Amino acid sequence: MSFFKRLKEKIAGQTEAVTGKFKNGLTKTRASVATRVNQLVKRYRKIDEDFFEELEDILISADVGVATVTELVDRLKDEAKSRNIKDPEALRETIVEVLSGMLTKSAEEPQLRLNPDGLTVILVVGVNGVGKTTTIGKLAHRFKQEGKKVLLAAGDTFRAAAIDQLEVWGERAGVDVIKHQEGADPAAVIYDAVHAARSRGVDVLLCDTAGRLQNKVNLMKELEKVKRVIARELPGAPHEVLLVLDATTGQNALSQAKVFGEATDVTGIVLTKLDGTAKGGIVFAIRRELDLPVKFVTLGEGIEDIEPFNADAFVYGLFSDMIQGEDGTPSA
Amino acid sequence: MAFENLADRLQNTFRKIRGKGKVTEADVKEMAREVRLALLEADVNFKVVKDFINKVKERAVGQEVLKSLTPGQQVIKVVQEELTALMGGEQSKIQWAEKPPTVIMLVGLQGAGKTTTTGKLANYARKHFNKKPLLVAADVYRPAAIKQLETLGKQLGIPVFSLGEQADPVDIAKQGVEAAKADHHDVVFIDTAGRLHVDDEMMAELVKIKEAVSPHEILLVVDAMTGQDAVNVAESFNQTLDLTGVVLTKLDADTRGGAALSVKAVTGKSIKFAATGEKLDALEPFYPDRMASRILGMGDVLTLIEKAQAAVDAEKAKEMEQKMRTLSFTFDDFLDQLAQVRKMGPLEDLLSMLPGAGRIKGLKNIKIDEKQIARVEAIIRSMTPEEKANPDIINASRKRRIAKGSGTSIQDVNRLIKQFNDMKKMMKQMMGMTKGKKKKNPFNLPFM
Repeated sequence: MSFFKRLKEKIAGQTEAVTGKFKNGLTKTRASVATRVNQLVKRYRKIDEDFFEELEDILISADVGVATVTELVDRLKDEAKSRNIKDPEALRETIVEVLSGMLTKSAEEPQLRLNPDGLTVILVVGVNGVGKTTTIGKLAHRFKQEGKKVLLAAGDTFRAAAIDQLEVWGERAGVDVIKHQEGADPAAVIYDAVHAARSRGVDVLLCDTAGRLQNKVNLMKELEKVKRVIARELPGAPHEVLLVLDATTGQNALSQAKVFGEATDVTGIVLTKLDGTAKGGIVFAIRRELDLPVKFVTLGEGIEDIEPFNADAFVYGLFSDMIQGEDGTPSA
Repeated sequence: MAFENLADRLQNTFRKIRGKGKVTEADVKEMAREVRLALLEADVNFKVVKDFINKVKERAVGQEVLKSLTPGQQVIKVVQEELTALMGGEQSKIQWAEKPPTVIMLVGLQGAGKTTTTGKLANYARKHFNKKPLLVAADVYRPAAIKQLETLGKQLGIPVFSLGEQADPVDIAKQGVEAAKADHHDVVFIDTAGRLHVDDEMMAELVKIKEAVSPHEILLVVDAMTGQDAVNVAESFNQTLDLTGVVLTKLDADTRGGAALSVKAVTGKSIKFAATGEKLDALEPFYPDRMASRILGMGDVLTLIEKAQAAVDAEKAKEMEQKMRTLSFTFDDFLDQLAQVRKMGPLEDLLSMLPGAGRIKGLKNIKIDEKQIARVEAIIRSMTPEEKANPDIINASRKRRIAKGSGTSIQDVNRLIKQFNDMKKMMKQMMGMTKGKKKKNPFNLPFM
């Protein structure tokens, strides 16, 4: 069975709603990347260096990063050689297959690690302006919908009105917020929140933190302390440390993943703002160099606009024009 | 990470194409590849990179190589100049209205840092231009955005105009400007909600605000860590609003900030300010040349080129080489060399800048104590001319005197003399190796 068919079958097994969201959210990305790949394979009669160079450009324009793109294209060259592919049309499928293979390790991966007996603590970290607080609001809503008792901790005591912002999200989702004043010690807020969560019989505690650039050593130390406090007050916690990445971010996202990973043992990534024209291709590089899975993506401003990451759907969304083209239906 | 690889790669390329009088097409091709990668790794948009590389190629081929440079360095110099030119242009000045108030509108994607930048700019206008600013909170969408601006206003002691979250942003802007006139504020900063450039409805709202208040400046706030998409964002905002400039934020991150180049290239609008920290005074004018070096990731190499050009006296270097050859190298010469090198800046920086230094084992993490250098100088200066010219005559009593005169210990003096002798020995070996070959590299300093 061809790879496209397999992928389509996998997709068919998922709810229309999920794949639809990915498709809609990624419209712009698809329009630029997939269409261009399609044009590329149609324009070239045979696979040569120029062909691969253009392919490199397309992937680079998706923020995949030079090193990852080089590796990817080398792999494609090998594949083309070993399978004796000369026709660009025939290589199209291999391109998608290799990309998808880079992201998918196991179907279970995007699942959050929840504590089966009692309180689950999720720490949310990231640089300034990536959407940590908004992501927490969306996650809170999601857990609430699942019937869980949720509590939020206003750990961003630095940015002006960050606490108010989280409180608004708390109201929208219908969950309580544990807070101190602006300028308070974030570790103290989190400490209080863990105790409150335990005494109130909460299922999921979502901890907000102030945005910080990963090269600010003191601020990273502060974050380490927050994590230490959680671990001390509740052995085994935090069960998830989610790094929020802005999909418009370029190669610096790698450095963010690396440094935040070292400081707080990040367990997964939330890729935000994927509804613009940004491609979020840095996910490939992060996967390749740090092996961190993407757990959620956000695709809009509504409280519902968060989805567990699904590599198949992601690649499908990225290349659906191409896949449809394979069936004989005209591609965009 | 990527950065080190790049530096290493560049050095390799430097070595390969050394020692020619003219930049050949092959040289340029090789360098162009490295520069292309450097720019791409810095997140400069790939189309912008392509155009840029073509321009550099045209200019660099056939150039005479400056005496103190290698052809590779010469190409990089062209790159640096082109980059600076591309990013330069007008200086970062705010266009103040002839008839106040000056209306300044800030726009951009979510999370770029508009609200914080609004506060910083107002603070800057007050501090440097003695203005009386008013902040207008027109972001009614993001929860607590108005509260955030109000908090900043309170911290700065600058008033904030708002009509709450239910009001229409166009009305807020209009009434805000009216309020400024009534209260004799001479500059108004309008903070707008973050929006995606592909969100037609939200972009239309910005156009309405623009039409309502006719701002003198429309500044696009761009996150310095933005990737390839920066061109699309900048292009859309510029087409819709005809921007007057750009503010680059989060430049204190460890990003190379190629987005700056992309934005400048597609909009032609100058980057006026750079935000470099979380504090409210962390805003500075934008320096194109600094940014050029940063994007290229070869700031150090470039600086070294400049410094070497300025500091190394070619004649003296030649003389020195002669002395090394004949082994008539004395403490005086040593002092001379020290002085020449120190003209270039802190030794530790210099060492890390040296092409090839990264390859020498142990040199990578070496810590040079500047005080130690000063001590060395003091010791040498405490020697008599005879002692300097002929170190062999330095006996125990002379050592005691030198130590006393330089405020050091006899052990220090002993150590220096031993090092000096070791060095001479090393030079002898080195000279033996390169006999007959003419070496023109000014960085071949013996004590490095």
